[in-house]
Parts: sequence; structure tokens; C-alpha cells
Amino acid sequence: MSDIVIVGLNHNTAPVEIRECLAFSGVETDAALERLQKYPVIEEALLVSTCNRVEVLLTTATPSAAIDAVKSFLSEFKQVAPEKFDASLYIHVGDAAVRHLFRVAASLDSMMVGEPQILGQIKAAYQGAVRKKTSGVVLNRLMHRTFFVAKRVRSETGIGDHAVSISYAAVELGRKIFGTLEGKKVLLIGAGEMAELAVEHLIRNRVGDLFVANRTFERGVALAQQFRGRPIRFEEIPDHLQQVDIIISSTGSPGFIIGPGHIKGIMRGRRNRPLFFVDIAVPRDIDPDINRLPNVYVYDIDDLKGVIEENIEDRNREALKAQRIIDEAVIRFRQWLESLSVVPTIVALQKKLDAIAATELNKTWHALSHLSEHDREVIGRMTQSMIHKILHDPMLWLKREGSDNDRAALLDITRKLFKLDEP
Amino acid sequence: MDMLMALTTVCYLLSTVGYIVYLFYQKDHLQKSGLYLLLAGFCLHTAAIAAAFFQSGQIPVRNLYETLSIAGWATAGVFLVFQFKFQLKILGIYAAPLVSLIMVMAARLPREPAQANTLFNSFWLITHIVVIFTGEAAFALACGVGILYLFQERALKTKNYGFFFRRLPDLELLDTTGYASIFVGFTLLTIGLVTGFVYAKSSWGRFWSWDPKEVWSGISWLLYAALLHGRLALGWRGRKAAVMAIIGFGILLFTFLGVNFLLEGHHGEFTR
Repeated sequence: MSDIVIVGLNHNTAPVEIRECLAFSGVETDAALERLQKYPVIEEALLVSTCNRVEVLLTTATPSAAIDAVKSFLSEFKQVAPEKFDASLYIHVGDAAVRHLFRVAASLDSMMVGEPQILGQIKAAYQGAVRKKTSGVVLNRLMHRTFFVAKRVRSETGIGDHAVSISYAAVELGRKIFGTLEGKKVLLIGAGEMAELAVEHLIRNRVGDLFVANRTFERGVALAQQFRGRPIRFEEIPDHLQQVDIIISSTGSPGFIIGPGHIKGIMRGRRNRPLFFVDIAVPRDIDPDINRLPNVYVYDIDDLKGVIEENIEDRNREALKAQRIIDEAVIRFRQWLESLSVVPTIVALQKKLDAIAATELNKTWHALSHLSEHDREVIGRMTQSMIHKILHDPMLWLKREGSDNDRAALLDITRKLFKLDEP
Repeated sequence: MDMLMALTTVCYLLSTVGYIVYLFYQKDHLQKSGLYLLLAGFCLHTAAIAAAFFQSGQIPVRNLYETLSIAGWATAGVFLVFQFKFQLKILGIYAAPLVSLIMVMAARLPREPAQANTLFNSFWLITHIVVIFTGEAAFALACGVGILYLFQERALKTKNYGFFFRRLPDLELLDTTGYASIFVGFTLLTIGLVTGFVYAKSSWGRFWSWDPKEVWSGISWLLYAALLHGRLALGWRGRKAAVMAIIGFGILLFTFLGVNFLLEGHHGEFTR
């Protein structure tokens, strides 16, 4: 009976230095699959490699040997000493492996829970395995279940709906104001990790022109180059308020940089197009009174955190729902896998009895050398029909409908009773 | 006939239920069933009105019951068009109950038509009535969209990311839809008024007779004209536009109902 095994590491278990050592490019993945295929203990294999995780998914009859094989493969292929990554590896076997795969695909295991890219990455990994013919009956079935579960989680829970980081929150609020952020002009005032992340996010949402204002113009020029924006001088900010739509501010200024006075005059010229301020600075850069003006929306860091907290609560609730969907799918898959393994067990049993009969008949022929060809045939047929009769009831017993927990136990007993797992 | 109308009302009511449940549970199939029930109601309603038309050979606006029914029909139709154009799913939560309310109100009114006369047969009159009602339905939607806008704007301004923030669409879409509704409504109202003048000229010999309904329609027209002018020339949008759309519809409602009950005039006899 083959087991499903996952050996991998992710952003929780391994720092980026190790992850980047073990990451596989597209070409490498193909070569890696070929290499994995050559290990006799590995029956089917699939390799997922993203910036946050590397996982080898495989089926094998002997999990412990297969796990060792994967470790030596990783070390040889990526030229890294095993002790360097051994502590970061996690290993799941059987149901745990299936559950892990479902969780990963449903984006419950992602750094940003609910982010949608992971499913596409897993699909690509599966396509690679199909291309290289390293996936077989079990993995094909497992992967199709995985895609199904991931889609179900996405459509039946709100796991992917809401933002859980400051920059996501800013984008989400922007969408509630502008609908689409496409083509909206952005002004970045100051610098800082969070502000830059927010800008990156906005750029990913295809905003239009980006202006960068900084107290030190050189720093502004550098930042502008980084984001392909245009640097402006700090004194030019009021003039640019007229044309931009989104302002992200993150300076070390002790007082407000922009007050209601700056805004009142320009709204008419803007034809009242909305203006959206994201104030990440502490102390704040944008006078909160601006929020009272019509068509102007100001959010400071606490307001953004409010969005996130609301979302995290929601997400935890949704994660529970997702967990239920996954548990159900794991049980279903196990049922399938076990029903599949009745057949190999019976085949193995039959082979074993056939082998015994053949050996014993051989011995008998030596002892009773006077038997005619016809006699031998009759005795041979008799042993065959004895085997059939002996196997008849156990086979029915194994194949009968029943709970799959029972069947797993039965198969286990049968295999132990007849020592089917050892040659 | 009555059977058809009853079925229509049931469809509208069920659609309302669908939309209300959708508001809370946010499942797409709920919204879809609400929409299709409304569509079914609209088809039945169309059949009922057509039947009434062929039975009497007149457009059925001979009493308040029939007038309300036409108003409900127009609202459902305009909503359906906007729904397919703008995909503003949540608007059903306003439109379906509004249509249902109109139908339920109508069902409680007497059915006997006012004295039949040939007045109802003219091409100009039929155009006048259909166009005016469709225009008013568009204004009703503009009012609904305006209300939704105010809710969402308030959620954004007060940073209350609760119930409405999640369920309502973005401000831009609400604002654009509101503008489109007003634009359509205004165009139709204008055409409706013009055809009304032509009809008045042909039947009473004068374009304008200071009938209270005419006066109040004129006031509504001026208000919406001001709103459109403000939008196009001065960039009025957002909250201001939403509030004006709501006020405008209030005046329109008064023109439609209030004038009939409080004031006299030649529109009165068939809307009472």
C-alpha cells in the first residue's frame, strides 16, 4: 500500500537564506523530477518551489526510505550540506501530508493567508509532473482533489476577501473610493518601509503616474528611480495636490504637512474628484480635519489597523470553515486511497500462495517421480482450486462494503498475517 | 387578469425576500434568484398590462390602481436594465422592495376605471405616459443609489468598516450610476413633458394650463436640470449630487401623489 509523503520547508520553518539555497527554477524542476524518478523507493513525485516554500510530494511503499532519498536528493542537487537544512524540514506522511497539501493550496499556510497566487503555482508544479510523467494514479487523483478543495475554500469562505496588511488595507480602502485604482495618480511623501510597500501594492494595481517628494531631494530622486516615478521638491507638494488622487505620507515631520487650507482651494479645480490620503506617519502628517471636507478621505495608521483587525477576525472565522472543508476532503481522499489498496493486497496474497504452491509442488514432483504428466496436471489443478477456495472468503471479506477505518485495519492485519510487506 | 397581477406581486415579494437574505448572507445565488424572480415578475406584469391594453384598447392608467401598477412596472423595467448595464447587485435591495410596496399599495385600491373616454387613445398621450413613468422610475433608482452612496460615504468617513462598508459597492460606481440614472431620467422627463404639451395642445388647445401637476413637474424638471448643470459645469458630485437626487425624487413623489390628493387639476381625475 503506497503512502503519500511530503518533505518540505516554508517561510515559517526556514529563513530566506536557506529557502533561496533550495529554490528550484523552472528548468531545474524538470531536471529534479527526472532525478527523483530514478530513486527506486519513489513511485510518483511532484515538486513545488515558490519564494516561500519548497516541497517534494511523493508516493512510496516505504516512507522512511523515501524521506532519506529526498534529503539526499536535495543535498546533492542543490549542493547544500544536509545539516544546513535538515532542521528546517517538515515531513508529513499519509493523511497529514494530504491535509498539508490542501492547506497550502487553499492558501491557509501562506505568509499572507488567503493570497491567491499559490494555487496557480501548485497547478504549474503539477503540469510539470504530468509533462515529466512523474505523477501516476495516486498523485493525479490527489492533485485534482487539491484543486477542487482550494476552489471550494475560496468560493465558500471569505478567506481571500479581506486585507490583512497595512498596504493591502490601503488598497482595499482605495478600491472602495475609486472602484478601480487603474490610472490613478499617486504622490509619495517621505519614505519608509510601510509607505514603500503600499506604493508597490498600488503599482501592482496599475496606478498611473507616481510622484515622489522628499525633504532631501537626492533621496527623492533615488526613490523615484526605484519606482519609476518622478521626483518633486518638497515645496512643490501643494501644486501637485491638484492633479494626484492618492497621497501616501510617511515623513518624520513633527507637525502637519498638509492642512485643510491646502485642500479647500483645489477641489473645484479637481471638479471634486475624490482625494484619498494614507497617513502612515507618527506623528501624523495630514491634518485629520481634512477628512471633513467633501470628497476627501483621510486615513491614519490606526484607521488602517482598524480595517486589518476587522479582517483578521473575519479571516479566523473563515479559516475555521475552511478547516472543515479540508477535513472532509482528507477523509474522502483516504477512503479512495484505501479502496484502491484492497486490490494490491489481494494480488499480493494470491502471488504469495501461488509461490508457496509452486515450491511445494516442485518438492512433490521430486518425491513422486513416477507420476504421469496427466497426474501432475490433476494435482496442479487441485492446488489451484484449493488456493481459490481458501482465498474466496478472505477476498469477499476485504472487498465488502464497510467503513473505511475498518478496511484499513483489515488490510493491515492481512498484510501482517501473511507477511506481505516483506519479500 | 387579477390572477396575473397577483402572481406578479408574489414574484416581486419573493424577489424582495431574496434580496434581503442576500444582504445578510452575501451568497451570489441569493442575488441571482432575487434578480430572476424580479425578471419573472416583470414579464408577468408586462403580460397583464398588455392584456388590459387589448381588452379596453386604452393604455391602462384610468385610476390610481392602474397608474401605480404602471409606475411599478416601469421601475422594475428600469432597474433590470440598470442591473444588466452596471452590475450593481446590491441595488436590488432598494428596487425590489420599492416595486413590491407600489404593487401592494396598488392592490388595496379600487379597480373600477374612471369614466372611459377617447382621451386615452392618442399616440402622444401613450408616449407621454410611458416615457414619463420610465423617467420617473429612473429618478427613483437615482434616489436609491443616492441613499446607498450616503451610507457608504458615511462608513468611509467615520471609518466604520462594518455591515455597509463590506456590502455596498465603491463610491465611484454609485456616483456614476446615480449620474446615469439622472441623465436618463432627465432625458425621458423632457421628452415626456414635450409630448404632454403636444397632447395638451391637441386636446385642450393650449400647451400649458397651470395645472398643479404641470407646475410641479416643471419644478422637478428645473431641479434636475440644475443638478445636471452643476455636475457638468461645476463638477458637483458625491454627497451633494446624492442629496439632490434624493430631494428631487421627493419632489417627484409629491408631483405624482401629493398633487392628486391635495390639489386639483386635469391630471386628477384618472389618478384618484
